[in-house]
Amino acid sequence: MGRPPKAGSDSTYSGARCASVALPQNKWSLTRLSHSRFAQFSRAFAQNRGALAGLTVVVLLVVLAIGADVIAPHSPIEQYRDFELVPPFWVDGGRLRFPLGTDAVGRDILSRLIHGTRLSLLIGVISVALSLSLGATLGLVAGYCRGVVDTVILRLMDVMLALPSLLLAIAVVAILGPGLINAMYAIAIVMLPHYVRLARAAVIVEANREYVTSSRIAGAGVLRLMFATILPNCAAPLIVQATLGFSNAILDAAALGFLGLGAQPPTPEWGAMLASALEFIQRAPWVVTFPGLAILVTVLAFNLVGDGLRDALDPKLRRG
Amino acid sequence: MWRFVLRRAALVVPTFIGVTLLAFALIHLIPGDPVENISGERGMEPARRTRLLHEFGLDRPLPVQYGSYVAHVLRGDLGHSLTTHVGVAQEFGTLFPATVELAFFAMLFALVVGVPAGVIAAVRRNTAADYAVMGVSLAGYSMPIFWWALLLILFFSVQLGWTPVSGRIAVEYDVPAVTGFMLIDTLMAGDLAAFRSALSHLILPTIALGTIPLAVIARMTRSAMLEVLREDYVRAARAKGLSRMRVIVVHALRNALIPVVTVVGLQVGLLLSGAILTETIFSWPGVGNWLIHGVQARDYPVVQGGILLIAGIVIAVNLIVDVLYGVINPRIRHG
Repeated sequence: MGRPPKAGSDSTYSGARCASVALPQNKWSLTRLSHSRFAQFSRAFAQNRGALAGLTVVVLLVVLAIGADVIAPHSPIEQYRDFELVPPFWVDGGRLRFPLGTDAVGRDILSRLIHGTRLSLLIGVISVALSLSLGATLGLVAGYCRGVVDTVILRLMDVMLALPSLLLAIAVVAILGPGLINAMYAIAIVMLPHYVRLARAAVIVEANREYVTSSRIAGAGVLRLMFATILPNCAAPLIVQATLGFSNAILDAAALGFLGLGAQPPTPEWGAMLASALEFIQRAPWVVTFPGLAILVTVLAFNLVGDGLRDALDPKLRRG
Repeated sequence: MWRFVLRRAALVVPTFIGVTLLAFALIHLIPGDPVENISGERGMEPARRTRLLHEFGLDRPLPVQYGSYVAHVLRGDLGHSLTTHVGVAQEFGTLFPATVELAFFAMLFALVVGVPAGVIAAVRRNTAADYAVMGVSLAGYSMPIFWWALLLILFFSVQLGWTPVSGRIAVEYDVPAVTGFMLIDTLMAGDLAAFRSALSHLILPTIALGTIPLAVIARMTRSAMLEVLREDYVRAARAKGLSRMRVIVVHALRNALIPVVTVVGLQVGLLLSGAILTETIFSWPGVGNWLIHGVQARDYPVVQGGILLIAGIVIAVNLIVDVLYGVINPRIRHG
C-alpha cells in the first residue's frame, strides 16, 4: 500500500522538465480513445463470457427496477390476510397467483423482490455517485496540491481504512440514526477512501504530462486544469472501482437492513426482508431463500461486469 | 531493520489519534446529550441540568473534553455500559476470546480449503477443475454471508439436525472460563462431551465466516502460483528429475505463499466485519454481537468503546503484518 513515488514537481510550473521527457501515451484515457481503441475495448469485453452474462443480468435488473410498478403482479405492501405464508407455486399448497409465495402477513414475495430491485439499484447509484464525486474531488485536490493538504487528506483516509467497513457504516448509522437514506450516506462514506486513493494516484501521474503543461501555458486556471483537463484522463480506474463499488454498496445496504439499521419495514428492501423472515425459517424456508438469492445474483452480476471492465480497460490490473 | 520498524510504527500514531477523534465525535454528534437521556420525557429544571452537565464535565470546551477522553482511554478506562453498568473494556475483554476463537477457525478453514483449491486451479489451468474453483470463489466473494449462514442453518441444523442452531456450547455444560477459549477451557476441565458440544457449535459459524476469505485466498493462490510456475527455477527443478508433486508443493507453493500470507493479514478487518454479522445470526457471544446490541439499545459507551477497541486491534494487526512482511522481504524494507 506504499504511496507512488513523488512525481517531479508540485503544482508549480515545470515545463522544462516535462518537455524533455517523452512520455508514453496515457493508456487510461477514455476521452481520447480513438475509434479503434474503443473497438479494442469492446472486443475484449465481449470475449469475456462472464462479463457478458453479468451485463445481461444487470440490464434485466434495470428493466425490472424501472418497470416495477407495471411488472410486479401485486403491490409490495398490500397484505392478503387470507393468504399468509403461501409456498411457491411448485410446492404443494402453492398457487400461481403468488408465484414465489407470500410472507407472514400475506404480501406477495415476487412483487416485493421486484420493488426491492428498484431500491437496491437506487442505493447503489446514489451511494456510489456521492462517494465517487466527493472522493474524486478530494483525490484531485490532494494529488494536485500535494504538501500539507495531501497529507491531511491521506491520513484521514487511512483512519477510515483502519476501521472494518461494516463497523464504520454502523458508526455512521449510530450517529445519523437508522434508515434507508442514512444507510446510503454511511455506505458512501465507507467507500470514500478507495476513490480518493485512486484519483490521487492517477492525478499524480497525469499532472506532469505534456498536455497538462501545455494547457497551463495556454492559461487554463487551476479548476479547469483539475476538472476539465486531468480528471477525464483518470476516469478508467474510477469507473472500474465504481462498478465494483456498486456490488459492495448493495451488499452493505442489505447487511445494514438485515441488522435493522438500514431500510425499515415495510420497505421491501432485501436485507430487511430477510431479517423479518428469520422467525419463519423453519416453517417457511422460501421467505428466507428468495431475498438472499436476489442479493447474490445482483452482486455477482455487478462483480462480473466490474471484473470484465477492468480486464478490458487494462490487462495489467487482472486479478488473475 | 529497526529503523524500518520504528518508521512504520510512527505512522500508527496519527491513525490512532484519528480513530480516537472519530470515537469522541461519535458521542458528540449524536442528537441529545447524556443529561437529556437521563432526564427522559418530562425534562429537568435548568439548574439541575447545569449542575449535571458540570458533573459530567460536558460544560468544558471540546478540546479539553477530548484531552480528558484520550487520557482516560490511555489508562484503559472506556466508561461503563448504560445497560449492564459493567466497564466497557472489561466486557470487551470477556467477550473478545469468543470472537478470536471464531475468527481463528474461520481463517484456518479458509486456508486449509483455499490454498489447495488455488493450487489445483493453477496447475490444471483452463480445465473444468479451474473453472469450478474460480466460479465457486466468485460466488463466495459475492455471497451475502448473513444469508449464507441462514442457508447453512436451514440445511444442516433444521433439515439434517447435524449441528446446533446457535450459541457456543449446549446449556447443560458448565465449564469454568479460564482462558475464555471454549475449546481450551473444556479440555482443561477434562470434559470431552463438553468439548464435542463446543466443537459442533463452532462448525457452521466457521464456514459462514470463512467463506469470503476462502474465496479471496483461492483466487490469490491461483494467480500467485501461475506466476511462480513460469519461473526458471521451477523448470530447473523439474529438469533435474524431481517429481511433479514435489516441485509444486516444495518449490512453487512456498514462494507463491508470500503474497497469500500478506492477504491473510489484511483480511483481519474483513473478518471482523463478517464476525459482526455471523455472531448476530448464531447468537455467538462475541464482540460483534455485543456491539450490535449496543447500537440497538443506544448504549453509546459500548458503541464508542467497541469501535475504538476493534479499530485498535485492526491497526495493530496491520502493523504486525507490515513489519513481518518487511522482515521476510528485504525489498520492502529498503523501498
